[in-house]
Amino acid sequence: MSATTTTSLSMQKSTKIAESLSKRRARINLIAKALCFLATGIAVVLLLAILGTLLYLGGSGIHWSVFTNITKPPGSGGGLLNAIVGSLIQTVLGVLIGTPVGLLVGTFLAEYARTSWLGNVVRFVSDVLLSAPSILIGLFIYQLLVAPFGGFSGIAGVAALAVIVIPIVVRTTEDMLTLIPTALREAAVALGAPKWKAIVLICYRAALNGIATGVLLAIARVAGETAPLLFTSLGNLNWSTALNEPMSSLPVTIYQYAGSPFEDWVQLAWVGALLITFGVLFINILARVVLRQRG
Amino acid sequence: MPAGADCICPRWFCMWTALRIVGFAVSDAVASSSGGTSIGDRVFAVLTRAAGLFVLVLLGAIIVSLFIGGLPAFKHFGLGFIFETDWDPVQENYGALVPVYGTLITSVIALLVAVPLAFGCAFFLTELAPNWLRAPLGTAIELLAAVPSIIYGMWGFFIIVPLMGDYVQPFLIDNLGDLPGIGFLFQGPAFGTGIFTSAFILAVMILPFIAATMRDVFLTVPSMFKESAYGLGCTTWEVVRSIVLPYTRASVIGGIMLGLGRALGETMAVTFVIGNTNRISTSLFGPGNTIASIVALEFPEAPGGSLKLSSLLALGFLLFVISFIVLAISRMLLGTKGQK
Repeated sequence: MSATTTTSLSMQKSTKIAESLSKRRARINLIAKALCFLATGIAVVLLLAILGTLLYLGGSGIHWSVFTNITKPPGSGGGLLNAIVGSLIQTVLGVLIGTPVGLLVGTFLAEYARTSWLGNVVRFVSDVLLSAPSILIGLFIYQLLVAPFGGFSGIAGVAALAVIVIPIVVRTTEDMLTLIPTALREAAVALGAPKWKAIVLICYRAALNGIATGVLLAIARVAGETAPLLFTSLGNLNWSTALNEPMSSLPVTIYQYAGSPFEDWVQLAWVGALLITFGVLFINILARVVLRQRG
Repeated sequence: MPAGADCICPRWFCMWTALRIVGFAVSDAVASSSGGTSIGDRVFAVLTRAAGLFVLVLLGAIIVSLFIGGLPAFKHFGLGFIFETDWDPVQENYGALVPVYGTLITSVIALLVAVPLAFGCAFFLTELAPNWLRAPLGTAIELLAAVPSIIYGMWGFFIIVPLMGDYVQPFLIDNLGDLPGIGFLFQGPAFGTGIFTSAFILAVMILPFIAATMRDVFLTVPSMFKESAYGLGCTTWEVVRSIVLPYTRASVIGGIMLGLGRALGETMAVTFVIGNTNRISTSLFGPGNTIASIVALEFPEAPGGSLKLSSLLALGFLLFVISFIVLAISRMLLGTKGQK
């Protein structure tokens, strides 16, 4: 009799403990969920604040003269034409030089050295380059192309951007080539195609969308790079498309103008920031669309 | 040759034999070289290998060029360069401690702010958000990781600095400045610029980056594991804590280190708001410098061949060493793609 009472008592007790425990667990769960919701909310608000600021402060300054006039002294109604053209030249040339190299390295990693130690070392080094501070690449090109030849130049800017492009293209090329089924390569080789033809005509074509995505991402990345251009192409407030002279670029112009005490220059800096941000975001969205089209 | 491949007719046999003979005749070496049978194959193999080696040379060249550039400074100041707090262009006395300290402290504070927020975002995106919201929100976060860093710097300079100087810092100074123990972190005048603001901008910048990485690794957890845990009655939080986090621990830390690598070398987001002062202040609101910001700010005033330029390059070398270590650890934890 007394034994059953104790059992029922202890059972009651353990039910109580279980209840309070499950309440505690539910409470912790709720708090964690709420905090995560809050964190996401904070992130979204911060990021909307940035875009909103750009639209608000940059949008009000957009005018045809921004695209038709070159940079002029404060108060004389200058634009950003030379900066936009300079950015286009350097970005396009940098990507044109960096892409083939990156493509070959990616091919080497995916087709020739997937598991060899050399492949692993190259893969590691390329990944380090991918995240290396871009300002150091600027210093490197300064040491290599600016200091010995006695002057800042568009060529140096192009070289710095090309160095940044290479690891981006390597990463996507390798990833995309790795996704291609081995059967496709075997089929090509069985038909008598040499390996290089199988890679260039079959694998590249099958991975075309992925590789194009990589190139687009590389364009988006280098178009907004400022730090490596500070020590290489320097920036130029006059009209110049000569590659052996200092060349203007949008990010460097933004940097110079935003720090200036002149109101109209600051306004132009915001316009430039708006242009570059939405240009970069547009290319990123384009890259996603291109990638989604596969298959 | 789809039709001819089915039947072994004499014509195909003859051609095949002829090809074999020609193949042998061309060169023994060609036939035996790793499956390559044509000149094109050898050229292509050599080309890709050369490109691979070029990447190695590139990294080596970056290290060597920064080291050679910094050599005069290293020679002039010796190892003391790293522990010297002075940065005096008039006396030609340069030390690395202030920018190194600034680099580390801003990055660490940025991580402390960004990691919990990024974790929250990743948790929300993988477990809590309704399905229709996941893709657009995830894409938005990835897109914001692509915004150029100069935009963050400009936004910080024009929007955050006044907010910090007028509201946040005076509030913190009034309320936390007198606390025993940690009060000294929140004292001094509220400039708006400085270490704290830089760290905040860096946090905002690396937040989408870390969140996107974390979301990707959270998605690699097999749903079987999670479903089993849910089946045992675990709450969502318990599933994340006891299943998702342990399963992805190495990759999560790798992703955080990758964010740290980005914060360490970030130039434009910091240069605008750091205050450009070569002094270690005990207060978080004091101005300072990071390696990247001092290089960007002082470079125009460093003529070629000067000791100052050499000191800046030496700082660049130090930054490279620091970020190389961080990135190497992060890559090891994330695992290289080839081993999957």
